[in-house]
Amino acid sequence: MDILSWDGTLSSGGRILIIGEHNSQEEHDEISCPQKEETSCSEKEELIDIATLVQSNCSKVPYYDLHIIYSASYRVPVLFFRAYYSDGEPLGFNAIEKDLPAHSAKALLDSKWTFITQEEHPYLNRPWFKLHPCGTSEWMKLLFHVDVSVAKNGVTIELYLLSWLSVVGQVVGLRIPLEMLNQP
Amino acid sequence: MMEARKYVWEGAIPLQIHLHESEVTTLPPPLPALILAPRIGYLPLLVPHIKPHFSSTLPPGIDTVWFDYKGLPLKWYIPTGILFDLLCAEPERPWNLTVHFRGYPGNILIPCEGEDSVKWSFINSLKEAAYIINGNCKSVMNMSQPDQVELWRSVINAGNLEAYIRVSSKLKLGTVGDEYAADLYSSSLNSRQSIGDTDSTGQVKTGKCFTLLDAVKSLLPEYFPYKSLNNEESSREEDKDEEKVPSENLSEHVESCYSSDDAEVKLVRIQGIEPKLEIPFSWVVNNLVNPEHFLHLCVCLKLPQVKIPSDT
Repeated sequence: MDILSWDGTLSSGGRILIIGEHNSQEEHDEISCPQKEETSCSEKEELIDIATLVQSNCSKVPYYDLHIIYSASYRVPVLFFRAYYSDGEPLGFNAIEKDLPAHSAKALLDSKWTFITQEEHPYLNRPWFKLHPCGTSEWMKLLFHVDVSVAKNGVTIELYLLSWLSVVGQVVGLRIPLEMLNQP
Repeated sequence: MMEARKYVWEGAIPLQIHLHESEVTTLPPPLPALILAPRIGYLPLLVPHIKPHFSSTLPPGIDTVWFDYKGLPLKWYIPTGILFDLLCAEPERPWNLTVHFRGYPGNILIPCEGEDSVKWSFINSLKEAAYIINGNCKSVMNMSQPDQVELWRSVINAGNLEAYIRVSSKLKLGTVGDEYAADLYSSSLNSRQSIGDTDSTGQVKTGKCFTLLDAVKSLLPEYFPYKSLNNEESSREEDKDEEKVPSENLSEHVESCYSSDDAEVKLVRIQGIEPKLEIPFSWVVNNLVNPEHFLHLCVCLKLPQVKIPSDT
């Protein structure tokens, strides 16, 4: 596939390889990922990856649930998340905004490409927060254009999700360990 | 063609709205409010008309309005007509709803802050439609402020179709022409590409027209277990000369999620009409589409009878 004509989306029919690695305590963030798993996208596609982010250095500890769900309309993955305290009390949007890492998250939130809306989770049918997908294909295209070697050899689907997550994850303070990107 | 569309646009549902008993603080309790709700409108937009009816009896506090039908909290971002078609298999006239001004079920319903929330949800749906049709949301995002206001006004003012068409035509979301081969965008069951009717170079193929039944079958194949012999098997168009025209968007609301072993489609309701399934799908789309450019199909299923084993 010619990278220059790629529209930045992930069409169904491709295969996605999720390479998981249990990440040990780095900077107090723990990401538990699924183990090596092959998921093929079929027509009624949805890809759900559940990761829980726990920040251990606050007195009232907020828990975040993150789901990655494929959007058939926008043909990109979409990040859904919700936050709640250990007693179950949900965090409103204002509380979440205060909780996020100030620097990069604020920039992303202010950018025209990423903004947060509250919507019904497509499968759980409850209100969750969602990172609006309409800009995703644009910045995914940019992301892959920058790397000249990628432009020559074509994009590999395996990297799509990781690259995508490396950008959106910052909005919720999720850091992807470099080791994950070096997996063969 | 405008005639049919105008007729649909101006459709309304008579509602009888009861205040929830927990919020009645006066005797005798207030009578229910009677109001005609536009099909293409949304329930929260009716609140300014309903509230005066009940305001003298409400308990003190801040209003957080929500509606329920027989105890089911209603999703406010779904157009009224669709809620009615979905939830009332046997149409109830007037439709009896309960309104609440307190105790918003925030764990079930996403928050609604009045008209702004509804408008935002509407624009978002329109963006999604634009994205599916054009591959980007630019036409919607680049709408001028006056255009946006006029578009929204045309929707909520009980259907000012002329104004709507004037503004929405700038969005280049197109109309659908007749499809003479089943050209389905196989990567997504929810979108479809069709040949534009502006094309005069004989792109019309011989064969059967793409009907509403064809569309329902392609969206819900599990309820049509026996493959038919006709145009469903047609090959996908790969002809590069073909103009790729906007696809229309379908949103199907299925009333139940039972396994499809013996379930069959009992009826298909669109804008309160049960169209004959043989009619051209292009007509359905061009006339029955909602203002946010989605076509909502309400499908009622007939379920198999469950045999209850008897004790021996």
